[in-house]
Amino acid sequence: MPTLSIDGIEVTVEAGQTVLQACEAAGVEVPRFCYHDRLEIAGNCRMCLVEMEGGPPKPIASCAMPAGDNMVIKTNTPAVKKAREGVMEFLLINHPLDCPICDQGGECDLQDQSMAYGKDHSRYTEVKRAVKDKNLGPLVKTTMTRCIHCTRCVRFITDVAGVEELGAVFRGEHTEIGTYVEAALTSELQGNLIDLCPVGALTSKPYAFTARPWELRHTETIDVHDAVGSNVRVDTRGRQVMRVLPLLNEDINEEWISDKTRFACDGLAKRRLDAVYVKQEGKLQQSDWDTGFDAIRDRLDGVDGSKIAAIAGDLACAESMTALKDLMTALGSANIDCRQDGAKIGTGARGGYLFNTTIAGIENADFCLLVGTDPRHEASILNARLRKRYLQGGFTIYSVGAELDATFPVTELGAGSDVLADIIAGRHDVCSQMVKSTRGMIIVGQSALARADGAQVLAGLKAIAEKTDMVTSDWNGFNVLHNAAARVAGLDLGLVPGEGGMDVAGMQAAGAKGDLDVVFLLGADEIDTNAFGDAFVVYIGSHGDNGAHHADVILPAAAYTEKPGTYVNTEGRVQRAERATFPPGDGREDWTILRALSERLGQTLSYDSLPELRARMVEIAPQLAAIDEIAASDWGDFGTAGDLSSDDLALADTDYYLSNPVCRASDTMAECSDLKLNTAEGATGTHG
Amino acid sequence: MSFIQRNVRTWMLTELLTGMAKTFSYMFKRRSTINYPYEKGPLSPRFRGEHALRRYASGEERCIACKLCEAVCPAQAITIEAEPRADGSRRTTRYDLDMTKCIFCGFCQEACPVDAIVEGPNFEYATETREELFYNKDKLLANGDRWENEIAANIAVDAPYR
Repeated sequence: MPTLSIDGIEVTVEAGQTVLQACEAAGVEVPRFCYHDRLEIAGNCRMCLVEMEGGPPKPIASCAMPAGDNMVIKTNTPAVKKAREGVMEFLLINHPLDCPICDQGGECDLQDQSMAYGKDHSRYTEVKRAVKDKNLGPLVKTTMTRCIHCTRCVRFITDVAGVEELGAVFRGEHTEIGTYVEAALTSELQGNLIDLCPVGALTSKPYAFTARPWELRHTETIDVHDAVGSNVRVDTRGRQVMRVLPLLNEDINEEWISDKTRFACDGLAKRRLDAVYVKQEGKLQQSDWDTGFDAIRDRLDGVDGSKIAAIAGDLACAESMTALKDLMTALGSANIDCRQDGAKIGTGARGGYLFNTTIAGIENADFCLLVGTDPRHEASILNARLRKRYLQGGFTIYSVGAELDATFPVTELGAGSDVLADIIAGRHDVCSQMVKSTRGMIIVGQSALARADGAQVLAGLKAIAEKTDMVTSDWNGFNVLHNAAARVAGLDLGLVPGEGGMDVAGMQAAGAKGDLDVVFLLGADEIDTNAFGDAFVVYIGSHGDNGAHHADVILPAAAYTEKPGTYVNTEGRVQRAERATFPPGDGREDWTILRALSERLGQTLSYDSLPELRARMVEIAPQLAAIDEIAASDWGDFGTAGDLSSDDLALADTDYYLSNPVCRASDTMAECSDLKLNTAEGATGTHG
Repeated sequence: MSFIQRNVRTWMLTELLTGMAKTFSYMFKRRSTINYPYEKGPLSPRFRGEHALRRYASGEERCIACKLCEAVCPAQAITIEAEPRADGSRRTTRYDLDMTKCIFCGFCQEACPVDAIVEGPNFEYATETREELFYNKDKLLANGDRWENEIAANIAVDAPYR
């Protein structure tokens, strides 16, 4: 552990750390462009020059110099100041200085650092270089003339995103960053390039020219587009969500977010339900709350509890699900479910539906078996963590199920059900590897659990995980990867059919037979809502999506940025989302709708405020009390032992970009989806 | 002052005559009023009057929607919305200026990097209703077209001091 002096401050850093990191540890700011904590070191911008006593007679690039014992570093000498001014002047030679029309203006590293460390004028009077812009697809906008060749984007897309699609061509002043052959980026983490770019070369295309950073109000909240629970900052201008940016959380998303999280925000302003609608004479008519509630009360009059059902959607918060469950209990119904995809989970120990290893825990694993899951598209951030672990070496990954387009090498074992049966029985070759590994992990996806034999798959994998010592006192390698942000909270709160209750498939079957009278859909859009037959459908949700199409009464609710809510991610980590803006029109927070409805039905719920509701929520599921923590979960019985069916393990046929109502309302996501489909079909660019 | 002196001054109309003499003396002095609106006083090239949005000689509007004027405006009189125009350039879709809020400080023209928003020499824009003072982009551009010659001349005169 070298000890060195930075501007007279003694610091001790880990061996292998750089001088720049030592400066940070000493609290001394060193300007930089190319250096980034989470990327490989490139050392090509030269902005981090510092002076080293007894070293070479010129300043050293602190980001690339390993910290050594007894080094004496100076960052505030006239020589360093002059060196920084010189580098800055060189960087600005070919920079267009078009800050007024640049979207990075106001939050630009180059702007800030040239103010802080640059000279007040340029001596350059010659012609500036101009570079043709590249088309990188519908998300990232380029203005390549602004590029200062820090290569952060190249390193990110290669190392973190795991697709080698960007590179630098030509040399010296002629260097250009590009894709060689013009093509859209395919990574679902490409939005992070926008944050990484220290200048305005890579900016957000959907956000282009629409707002300035100083106009935006920031709200720190939680993302709900997948079950990872990435921490995000929602930027609003007036009542409109302008953009979503990542927040640092080392345990979950580090500082990345997926494109869906970042770019689906335009869907929050489109196709919104902003008024109560009641079906009259076969047509949905705009109405008011009283009429809507009265219609529901009249329909529910005298209906037996067994003929009432409720389904919670993928984006529902724990608070609204608590209210829904309580309302259903009050109505005497056990027909409640939060598993729209029909996954056979949630009826056993809590450890049976969590990502027990935790996302950060992946970095300690040495073996991974994916079962019926495509982490790249189901949880891109978690996939980035798998790739990070892979790059550290000594990590082998196997996959059972449909072939994957992964960002790390995966040994495909096949999609046959017999392969999985062999693994579960311990006959398969890979089982020896599982035994050998000290910290192995199994990740089972919803596609495998939503099969008819999902409970058997779950029980079988649990058995083999225990047999191969993947579950010990200090390590739990059994992981369920969820796709829906609401799922774990729903299971924690017990939104599964009660005694004699029906699950989603059961409700649909009953609906088709006419055995179901009233169905409450709390933002449930991923099911075939046609299947409920003549049942009276009450849709409580934010978007005019699948669920609303067949509804008899539509009650407008808030989207995830418009209400304070509790979400539990796939690890079982409880997090609070905050309100960034207000729902449009007549929209209300979901739980207040349910509370008001319960009063009209004569079954008043016992809470009048959010704290009271949260107290009730914690009463049902005590683990929801500890915010930002993963409560210790029990490891007991779950799943049902039995034979597997002979069907192949297929992946659910969902479009990554169109997986929930917010995405489906977003133009940006539609464009991405279109591009992906067309590229997959071999569009040439001249296909019309 | 004695009683006699005061009476003499009063009865001889001295005060009145002194006053009239003063008034009469102004007949031979330079006039200090003007016959507005037929005559007008001189204006500084820096005069901060009614706002205008200027165009380039090509007819292209200068404003690039950088929103610096909106940010600097101490009275928050400016509201801008922007998006990419069909040709990909950065343009405003809305440029509203509430003249009833404006305090004519001139910060907007100081902040403008392309001399688009300027305070021209016109100060005769009184209206009969309050609503007429809520200027939109069309009104401001029309002002710019109308006053371009004067504005350009003023900027040229003031240029050496900037």
